[in-house]
Amino acid sequence: MSLSEAAVIPHSSNEPWKLPSRGVVGMVCLIIAEAAIFIIFVVAYVFYLGKSLTGPMPRDVLELPVVSTICLLSSSITVHMAVHTLQHGKRSACSLWLALTVLLGSIFLAGTAREWYQLIYHDGLTLQTNLFGTTFYSLVGLHATHVVVGLFLLSLALLFSLRGQVTTTHAARLEVLSLYWHFVDGVWVVVFLVVYVFGR
Amino acid sequence: MSATSPIYISASQGWSSLAALFQQAPSSAPTSIFSPAGTPAHSAFTLSMLVLSITLAIFLVVAGLLLYVLLRYRHRSSAMLSVQEPAQIYGSNQIELSWTVIPALIAVVLFLATARVIFSTESAPKPVNALDVTVIGHQFWWEYRYPKLGVVTANELHVPVSGPSGAGQSIPTYLTMSSADTDHSFWVPRLAGKTDLIPNKVNTMWIDPQAPGLYLGQCAQYCGTQHAKMLLRVYADTPAEFAAWIARQQKPAAEDQTAAEGRAVFQHNACINCHTVAGTVATGRFGPDLTHVASRDTIASGAVPNTAANIRAFVNNPAYFKPGALMPPMHLNDHDLDAVTTYLTTLK
Amino acid sequence: MATQTPTQAVLDKTAQSKPRRLWLDTVHEWLTTVDHKKIGQMYIGYALVFLLVAGLEALLMRIQLAIPNNTFVSPQVFNRLFTMHGTTMVFFVGMPILFGFGNYLIPLMIGARDMAFPRLNAFSFWISAFGGILLYFSYLGGDGLYGAGSAPDVGWFAYAPLTARVFSPGHSTDYWTLSLLLSGIGTIGTALNIVATTICMRCPGMKLNKMPLLVWLYLVTSLMVFVAVSPLTAAQIMLLLDRYLGSHFFDTQAGGSALLWMHFFWIFGHPEVYILVLPAFGFASEIIPVFSRKAIFGYPAMVAATIGIGFISLSVWAHHMFTVGLGAWGNTFFTFATMIISVPTGIKIFNWLATLWGGRIHLVVPMLFAVGFLFQFLIAGLTGIMLSAAPFDWQLGNSYFVVAHFHYVLVGAILFMIFAASYYWYPKMTGRMMSEKLGKWHFWLFLIGFHLTFDFMHIPGILGMPRRIYTYEADRGWMILNMIVSSGAVFQTIGSLIFVYNLIRSYFNGEIAGPDPWDAWTLEWTTTSPPPVYNFATTPSVESRRPLWDLKHPEDPDSSYE
Repeated sequence: MSLSEAAVIPHSSNEPWKLPSRGVVGMVCLIIAEAAIFIIFVVAYVFYLGKSLTGPMPRDVLELPVVSTICLLSSSITVHMAVHTLQHGKRSACSLWLALTVLLGSIFLAGTAREWYQLIYHDGLTLQTNLFGTTFYSLVGLHATHVVVGLFLLSLALLFSLRGQVTTTHAARLEVLSLYWHFVDGVWVVVFLVVYVFGR
Repeated sequence: MSATSPIYISASQGWSSLAALFQQAPSSAPTSIFSPAGTPAHSAFTLSMLVLSITLAIFLVVAGLLLYVLLRYRHRSSAMLSVQEPAQIYGSNQIELSWTVIPALIAVVLFLATARVIFSTESAPKPVNALDVTVIGHQFWWEYRYPKLGVVTANELHVPVSGPSGAGQSIPTYLTMSSADTDHSFWVPRLAGKTDLIPNKVNTMWIDPQAPGLYLGQCAQYCGTQHAKMLLRVYADTPAEFAAWIARQQKPAAEDQTAAEGRAVFQHNACINCHTVAGTVATGRFGPDLTHVASRDTIASGAVPNTAANIRAFVNNPAYFKPGALMPPMHLNDHDLDAVTTYLTTLK
Repeated sequence: MATQTPTQAVLDKTAQSKPRRLWLDTVHEWLTTVDHKKIGQMYIGYALVFLLVAGLEALLMRIQLAIPNNTFVSPQVFNRLFTMHGTTMVFFVGMPILFGFGNYLIPLMIGARDMAFPRLNAFSFWISAFGGILLYFSYLGGDGLYGAGSAPDVGWFAYAPLTARVFSPGHSTDYWTLSLLLSGIGTIGTALNIVATTICMRCPGMKLNKMPLLVWLYLVTSLMVFVAVSPLTAAQIMLLLDRYLGSHFFDTQAGGSALLWMHFFWIFGHPEVYILVLPAFGFASEIIPVFSRKAIFGYPAMVAATIGIGFISLSVWAHHMFTVGLGAWGNTFFTFATMIISVPTGIKIFNWLATLWGGRIHLVVPMLFAVGFLFQFLIAGLTGIMLSAAPFDWQLGNSYFVVAHFHYVLVGAILFMIFAASYYWYPKMTGRMMSEKLGKWHFWLFLIGFHLTFDFMHIPGILGMPRRIYTYEADRGWMILNMIVSSGAVFQTIGSLIFVYNLIRSYFNGEIAGPDPWDAWTLEWTTTSPPPVYNFATTPSVESRRPLWDLKHPEDPDSSYE
């Protein structure tokens, strides 16, 4: 390639040029996309309320999942504390808060599993039973899948933290992960209200 | 400006007469939307002329300006870098405003005209003497039931001709439509716009053919392999013709003695599982009602003329005319095939 | 206002020795690259291959439809052809080629070194590519090579309940669903990258209102992707659950709704076509000013109109459903929203017109295609207004009038601008100019073919010819028109082949381009052609929308007027 001329634009500005963080913007975009997917499943759930031709109805079989909900929503607080402590360099505190987050999320999943066991084996409600079964399991299941992914990532973060490999420089990344976790909790608030409160 | 104001009415009447200039001869174009023969098609046509005029005007203005600009400001020399640059104009708020407001006004006018037609077609009150027909779409044929007259038929719809609206002789036909399988769409362009037949949903539309004759159309929503041959034939009969047709359709199946053997073949084969022949053991609902099949002009939902040879070929192997049709080949030997064909031709 | 020579480059001038490389090394480099320029070019190359394949599918359909009751292909094959043609063109030609150009151009235009997430970029490409291969594997994956195959035949919009297990046994529908799920993930990944890059990696001085319009258009497009592609993903998950796990989302026998699929699909489908057209608007907004020798007229209005189109396009979807029985109020609302979207769209056309006005118009090949775009997009928009009037749509919907309308947009507007963008940015990507002479042959042949096919295609729709039919009756009066429509396909094929030949030949024989062959004004023209892997030796800093104009006209910079 021979020498070629190209124009160079000289630096002229002295003001600081600060743009938002890529990780946060990227995660916000992902959250918007995932929110759109959840909205469609919620719309299907609401649209089909009362339209099942047979089978158990929501009010027959659903109970308010109070404990699971409290655990999941509290885990938003604990993950926030994990980020906060890491920002201030307190790694062992961060490990503790991360562990609590994983624990609370796991309790939520266990609660869902218990609820589903009850519904399938005692109430006879499956994905195939009727429109309620179809929309209930898909919506709650989609959310649970997102919880699983989040717990996996949080466990990884916990592992790195316990091994002493996490420092303040990683606080921004942990914050991005915590945004995802807050989103998952936010979705649960909507699912809880639509399925267990208004829809029953 | 309300829909009954004098200006509006005379404008739309003027429109209609102008629009009438563009109507086409139906014989060469039997399914043209520009030769309406019923009120819904007429309303759509008149509206379409308004829409076409506005869009044509916009096209002439904008395309004209584009052409002008290209000719007037075209650069002729081939050297790009050596010429002075033209004056750089970055924008103008007044111009932006004007070409935002004017198109918005045009859009609003067009919208109001359109909304009027939507409501006049869809919310038209149903006259008491309207004929009710239930239409059920199947892969790949049309089921017609006349609930108040006790008639069930397939593929060829007979309706009474309807005088001009408001002239006291209006007998529109109200179609109540759904589907037994996938989505279909009822489209007879000269009579009305299309309405879809959707499983687990009931849609309604109405037609009022203004002149006796045959109106053609076809399914307009992809429904599977033989979507292309799910043709529509709507016969607008004079009141006498219609009454005669109904009377014949209400009778049970003809019992012609020369076809006794064929009837036996029919009733001892799987035919009766899918087809109904009124007054016999055949009560199947999956396929078209054959009680009066010989009274129809076509078979296979308009795909081929109703002749003995075609019936024979179809029964032998439906895929010959309609590959993908849901009727399986019946695997009858030649003798039985001839007998059944004879039987079917007697079902007038 | 004489132009001045730009300042000399401060590039690394040590002679670069090019060692002989193994062919395998080159392949490895391209397979593992995370460089946005290579990924962009892979997207474009991939899309061009599929353009030819889907074009062949169209040609086969047009041969079948040239005369009534033709037996060139069976109904089953024809139904697969139109399904594959539509699905391929939208998802494996349109999306990849437009995101390919975006990938290539955006970092260069904002003075960045690469996209925000280079590895995500590569992942998005490869997963989309796999999706396309999976879709085409369906021809082989079912009944085998001999006359059958499991290619999907449910139409590109795959209406329920035709896609239910009972009506579509076998796996053809699943190939459709899975390949689009994969390419959808790739699309969302690329859109995420574009948003993050645009927001977080602009060079100093490039505030949002100083970005090239192309970057704005890609930003809005990408934001729309998040809200539009996800509903399709959700609906496809539901379809898979129905087909494999016995759920009842679209099972009308269990009380499910066929309409629900339609709503979900079109909530995706309508914004999707704007996702396809907005980048084409971006190309137009860069190319038309350069060849009119004037700044774009009304930059702020163009940005506002783009955002307006983005928002309104999310509310018009049921104009694809005017015939399903939404009720008078539903039909009225969607008519209104659709008519309103014509206002910001019209603003764009008028602004391009005003850019041409008073300019000095150079009709080189990219500009020829851009001019074609302007006329054709105008017509496409006007036939869209016709279709937006619900009672008119009750006649024209699902007919060949609609097919003509959307091909007018997809081919007449979008493909023409893709051709324009190719001729315009090919020199930047390869360092060589494409042949102007071959380009003119391409343009005129394609233009004639396009108009023969798609102008006349409106008429069978008016005469009652519905879509997706493998043959038609001889007594409808559609034959001559179908023959003319089919004849245009031949011209388009030849034109496209000339284009491909030009692309390949110019790579070896084209005139050397230099960094700025068109005397343009945005940042990509300040680096070499092709750019070095790091794009810019020093990060540029800008003060206006046309940094190169400021450099070339220091006595009259844009920054004084903005």
